[in-house]
Amino acid sequence: MNVRTPAKKSTGIQSKESTLSLILRLLFVAIFDIGSALFVYNAFQLGHLQLVAVFAVIILAMNLAFLLPSAYPYRWLVIGFSFMVMFVIYPIVFTLYIAFTNYGDGHLITKEQALPQILSASFLPESGKSYKWTAYKAENGDYALWLIDEQGVGRLAKVGEAIMEAQPGSNGIGELDAKGFPKTIEGFKRLTAVQTATDKTVTGIKFGLDPTIQIRSTSEAAELQPLYVYDAGANIITDQQTGEKYFEVAGTFTSQTSGKEIKPGFRATIGLTNFTNFLQSPALRGPLTQILVWNFVFPTISVLSTFGLGLAIALMFNDRDFPLKKLIRSLLLVPYTIPGLITIIIWRGMMNPDLGVINQTLKSIFGWAPPWFIEPIWAQTAILLVNLWLGYPYFMLICSGALQSISPDLYEAAIVDGANGWQAFRAITLPLLLVAVGPLLIASYIYNFNNFNLIYLFIAGGPPIAGATTQAGHTDILISYVYNLAFSGSGRGVQYGLASAITIILFMIVGAITLVQFRFTNMWEEVSKNV
Amino acid sequence: MSSITATYQRLSSSKSFMKRFSIVVRLIIAVILIVFAVFPVLWILSASLDPTGSLGQQTLIPRNASLKNFYDYWWVNPELYPFRTWWWNSIKVAAISTVLSISITTMAAYAFSRLRFAGRVTMLKGILLIQVFPNLLALVSIYLLIQQVGDIIPGLGLNTHAGLILVYLGGSMGMNIWLMKGFLDTIPRAIDESAMVDGATNFQIFTQLLLPLLRPILVVIGILSFIGTYGDFVLARVLLKSTDQFTLMVGLQIFTAGQFSKNWGAFSAGALLGALPIMVIYLALQDQIAGGLTQGAVKE
Repeated sequence: MNVRTPAKKSTGIQSKESTLSLILRLLFVAIFDIGSALFVYNAFQLGHLQLVAVFAVIILAMNLAFLLPSAYPYRWLVIGFSFMVMFVIYPIVFTLYIAFTNYGDGHLITKEQALPQILSASFLPESGKSYKWTAYKAENGDYALWLIDEQGVGRLAKVGEAIMEAQPGSNGIGELDAKGFPKTIEGFKRLTAVQTATDKTVTGIKFGLDPTIQIRSTSEAAELQPLYVYDAGANIITDQQTGEKYFEVAGTFTSQTSGKEIKPGFRATIGLTNFTNFLQSPALRGPLTQILVWNFVFPTISVLSTFGLGLAIALMFNDRDFPLKKLIRSLLLVPYTIPGLITIIIWRGMMNPDLGVINQTLKSIFGWAPPWFIEPIWAQTAILLVNLWLGYPYFMLICSGALQSISPDLYEAAIVDGANGWQAFRAITLPLLLVAVGPLLIASYIYNFNNFNLIYLFIAGGPPIAGATTQAGHTDILISYVYNLAFSGSGRGVQYGLASAITIILFMIVGAITLVQFRFTNMWEEVSKNV
Repeated sequence: MSSITATYQRLSSSKSFMKRFSIVVRLIIAVILIVFAVFPVLWILSASLDPTGSLGQQTLIPRNASLKNFYDYWWVNPELYPFRTWWWNSIKVAAISTVLSISITTMAAYAFSRLRFAGRVTMLKGILLIQVFPNLLALVSIYLLIQQVGDIIPGLGLNTHAGLILVYLGGSMGMNIWLMKGFLDTIPRAIDESAMVDGATNFQIFTQLLLPLLRPILVVIGILSFIGTYGDFVLARVLLKSTDQFTLMVGLQIFTAGQFSKNWGAFSAGALLGALPIMVIYLALQDQIAGGLTQGAVKE
């Protein structure tokens, strides 16, 4: 590993490539490139620019690896690495990016997508060009409007169709009455003034298409005007009705005078706001301290208890000639063989405070049973118990493997020196075992630090922390809290930005623990060298 | 009285008595532990046979035991909670991702073990480093990524098995490469060097020489990866949306999220049949799996 081998050692193999393999290779690259080009083009059209960037890297790597003869070794790993870049590394980078944006409910779309929606809003001017009107209603509930402008020209307006000038006799339009409105229109029934006045829907309907017409009063209908005008250069939206100016503030066009906001908002980078919110907002911080403390307590106790029990079992049945050894091991391994989700739900059923078998039994014997899901401390105890059940077989396997690798000579030497069993365990077994198992303890710690399945499936983080504005419970850890923020949308809607910010903090904690682990294992490697 | 004490002293001083006594004590402890380990499994076995299907009324030996729960949810495959469809989805997703992930990791491991190129050590270390961060942490952005991919290719987007498999493949390039490379390193290079002299290409050496030798470890890694994918919950829960696409784990969770105590019997039937294949594999291959675990763990 520590010897650097010259890079040019493996060349000279490609010269043997057959024509068939060459053709296949070029064909593969061609198909891949065409598919990728289409993908990238569409991604670009949809505005997924980050996706375009990461895919460009993958395309480049694939082409270099498969076309350059000197890049031959990379052909073996470029596909695997492409998947890793796309679905592991890119999401991490993307998380980093989202953490600095307001991505979430109310800010789900890009600015390019939001602007047309904003600019499609319209308003009915108080003055300006107006029409006299009469409404008609079809059997299926559609409406039509006959409009007469100031020059006396009649027009037919339907929903979603361009307004057209029409003459009686054509298009099913019947004779005009004294005021110039058709008495009949084919397929429609003319509404009387009273009918129109009592019909609540007709006033809200937008007739026609570019321009659209809306009823303003019993006698007048008028063209709708776009409500907002966008000045792209200055990035300012002006309200045509009130003259109010809206400036872009953190992904929302906001008026500086009245503070009003135009919906929808859009994705925008908002700097450290998510992080400061997370650390400063009392609503978020309230449960956070509690969650953080539990997030460290839970893996600590879990690792110690599972390792302790696993080691104890391994030691107990370490004898070569222990009766039924194989059967006992198989039965003790059972918890490890069941998919975790199933186990956790089984325990949830068995520990149900009212109906579960554990509490029913305890109640019938002692007249009292722990309120597992109700009291925070008992809920936490329950989770630790379940995790003990889930986790000890792993350490049992690992420890019995490691115990067998310890040379019996060491024990004989210890006995000769007059050591008793406990001393031999302390001085020989434990140190040697920890060398082998130490890294796994830390890995297990990291795993439990983010043990979302257990927390979420058992009682979804409950019981709830009183007074928390976001969904948070006494057994929640950060990752389950993040999940609630991002996906369950309870109360405050989905908040990808905030969730990602907390994820970044999780990354840093996990990174720090790992750093310790690497230091730690180096140290232990030296210890093992000295042994 | 004194004779008893004398006998006791004689017995306790004898080494074989101490040994037998300790074995008896350990056997008693073993029984207690086994009850702890096995009771939940027995409990759902009995629940699955209890036709009332309710959590509160269940007894360890079910009254009027019947296969009603199995019949109602597995044989009939109801539309709202189609256990059989979910189970098949799980098998399908796990099998496809296992085969594909083993293929790409074995090829990469071959390169790391047998070929020499710039950045080899850096890449190996990088894999180890990235492995530290579980893909669960990037859940939000994986969700958004698959959503965006789905905008472009609907067949790979949210609520598709293909999209889910892609994400599993991305996550598979971790420890398995180290594990596989470790085993490849134990196969003497002299074997492929002599083949190369005979004019074999790298690809031929890989497929015809090394793969057969690697078969035992491929089986272990394959099984571990299959079991891991089969039991995965979070990614599938977030990426799959509609009932007919769910994997068994997602389905069971959704099923029990509702009327939990009433659905207990049906859940037990589903859980039992879902867990059974995995339990059988594990117990049958426990030695190989334990070997694989300790190998990969103790090495590095």
